[in-house]
Amino acid sequence: MATAPLDQGLLLAAILFALGLAGVLVRRNLLFMLMSLEVMLNAAGIAFIVAGARWASPDGQIMFILVLTFAATEVSVGLALILLMHRRITTLDADAGDRLRG
Amino acid sequence: MRELLWLVPTLPLLGSAILMLGAGRLSTRVEAMIGALSVGLAAIIAFTIAAGFLLYAPAGTVYEQTLWRWLDVGGFSAEIGLRLDALSLVMMLVITGVGFFIHLFATEFMEGEEGYGRFFAHLNLFVAAMLLLVLADDFLALYAGWEGVGLGSYLLIGFWWRDPANGLAARKAFIVTRIGDTALLIGLLLIASRLGTLDIAGAMKNASQTWQVGSPVATVAAFLLLGGAVGKSAQLPLQTWLPDAMAGPTPVSALIHAATMVTAGVYLIARTHALFLIAPSAQLAVGVVGGATLLLAGFSALAQNDIKRILAYSTMSQIGYMFLALGVGAWSAALFHLMTHAFFKALLFLSAGAITMRIHHEQNIFKMGGLARRLPAAFWSFLIGSAALAALPLVTAGFYSKEAILSGAWADGTSGRVLWVAGIFGAFITGLYIFRAVFIVFFGEEHTHVSGTYGWRVIVTLTVLSVLSVVGGLIELPPVFGHVTLLSNLLAPVLPATREVTNLTPLLLASLVALLGIALAAVLYWRPTRAPAETPLWRFWHAAGGFDWLYDRLLVRPVLWAARVGRNDVVDRVYDSIVWATRVAHQEVRRTQNGRVRWYTAGLAIGSICLIAIAVLR
Repeated sequence: MATAPLDQGLLLAAILFALGLAGVLVRRNLLFMLMSLEVMLNAAGIAFIVAGARWASPDGQIMFILVLTFAATEVSVGLALILLMHRRITTLDADAGDRLRG
Repeated sequence: MRELLWLVPTLPLLGSAILMLGAGRLSTRVEAMIGALSVGLAAIIAFTIAAGFLLYAPAGTVYEQTLWRWLDVGGFSAEIGLRLDALSLVMMLVITGVGFFIHLFATEFMEGEEGYGRFFAHLNLFVAAMLLLVLADDFLALYAGWEGVGLGSYLLIGFWWRDPANGLAARKAFIVTRIGDTALLIGLLLIASRLGTLDIAGAMKNASQTWQVGSPVATVAAFLLLGGAVGKSAQLPLQTWLPDAMAGPTPVSALIHAATMVTAGVYLIARTHALFLIAPSAQLAVGVVGGATLLLAGFSALAQNDIKRILAYSTMSQIGYMFLALGVGAWSAALFHLMTHAFFKALLFLSAGAITMRIHHEQNIFKMGGLARRLPAAFWSFLIGSAALAALPLVTAGFYSKEAILSGAWADGTSGRVLWVAGIFGAFITGLYIFRAVFIVFFGEEHTHVSGTYGWRVIVTLTVLSVLSVVGGLIELPPVFGHVTLLSNLLAPVLPATREVTNLTPLLLASLVALLGIALAAVLYWRPTRAPAETPLWRFWHAAGGFDWLYDRLLVRPVLWAARVGRNDVVDRVYDSIVWATRVAHQEVRRTQNGRVRWYTAGLAIGSICLIAIAVLR
């Protein structure tokens, strides 16, 4: 079975991670920020898979499953928080919720 | 029964603790009960112990009770214990007896006041501290009681704290007496370090063995103790706080600033008389201070219009008599006058309080007038108190005690004779100023509206104190007639004997001047007119010789000036710049705390990149 080359896999992961980070930093809509976070998590997952394939170790896949669970819980909690926040300030703009400023 | 001695100071302390902890939860009735009964029970125990003491005197006529050992370091041990001898017995009886009746009076006087429980909590605390002071068998506990009564005095002068003037008066009393307290503390430490013990009896015994008569160390120690005594007893030059202390409620003035606390100085000197006997110059200073104060305060009392201030200056003057007695070696006469003074001055203050509580707390005597018909109870008790204060011959307690002092001064050589002249002149002024008040307050036209009635507690208190002011002197009659010496017999084991005077001259002269003073007051003030004109002389005596002014210029203003000048010095600049730098940094850093999630994420990302870069590139 042909394995994906390490360099290209890691490059893909890095690009995805950078895209996700850019999304979190640039978007102001909370839903899109959450989605960008998912992209970043998946980028990390890809990096684990690629690394696991390169060294033929099951650890990469185990870590991917762990990341997947994290992503699931994060989304459920994050969505609940967004819902609550939307009830409070009736907007999804992340910068509107800056009441904790110093 | 004597084993219960520890209960005497503990009961008022317990009452105070209950009242403080229960503040706001107890009803007024319960607070009055606790306040008066704790002292009442202490008085009952004290009188029972006294009866036992008189019937079956303990060995050495001293009963000692060790409570616990406070410290024991390198051969120096200090035990907290109580010591009951004739001197502390007399003081204990005065404090608990007179104290109880003043408490009883106060339960009615303070009715409807805000902070009723607080008042009794502080009053009980004061009584406990005062009892500790007189019962202490070592200087350490004595000093604790000494500071405790200062605290009680401070709390009670400022009882009506909503008026800033009262708080100021309380602070003044505390700070001025603090000067004396510091001298006392230095004196006690000197005694402790030189004689190696804090035990009063032991130290006094060592003092007479270690030090020669007139030795410098003994003189310094005696003068330092005198410094403490003049502070607490409001004598020259630390007398300025007492008239302002009248800002407190009248029962407080009666208990603390007339009957008990201000006599602590007299007690201290009597207690350490052995030291003063080997420091004759200090003992002479005691007499001179007393003589000067009694004249100054007597003149000042003549120029007051406020009834309580008249009594305050009169207290100062009477304590001057006690100091004079100590100075001329009439030890038991000083204690005798202390006791009778506690009776009649408490009576005077309480009847003044009984007057003012019926006329809307007016204290200016020129606004009273004609109250003899309206307030017969207050009139008679005030009259009896005034007669005792003016030493009306034969029928009052004050006559016998003052006569004992003046005879003692008469018999004490040249210096004593000079002090005797001061005392005689003071006796004349005493009659004049107190009967000036009597005539102006009770005779002539009415200027006020009288309201309310007296309850039984006021009447009982005034009656008991009136009786004591009359018969209290019969326990000690001069040698020329009667020759009863109950008190000096009792005090004989504790205090040196007083010279006996069989000459009739001082007695007759003392009676004569007192009568003359009263007669002059009658001539001048029988038809009281208006308040006196404000001549410069009147203003001088109204301000009690201008000591407040002098101290203000000499001490208070320079200190305030130095504080004002010193607030911008170089050292402060350094610390101020630290404060400034911290504040600016804080302002800048808090800008980053803007509450925006994306900012924080960016911060996290940049931070992680930097850390990874460092880890990878290193």
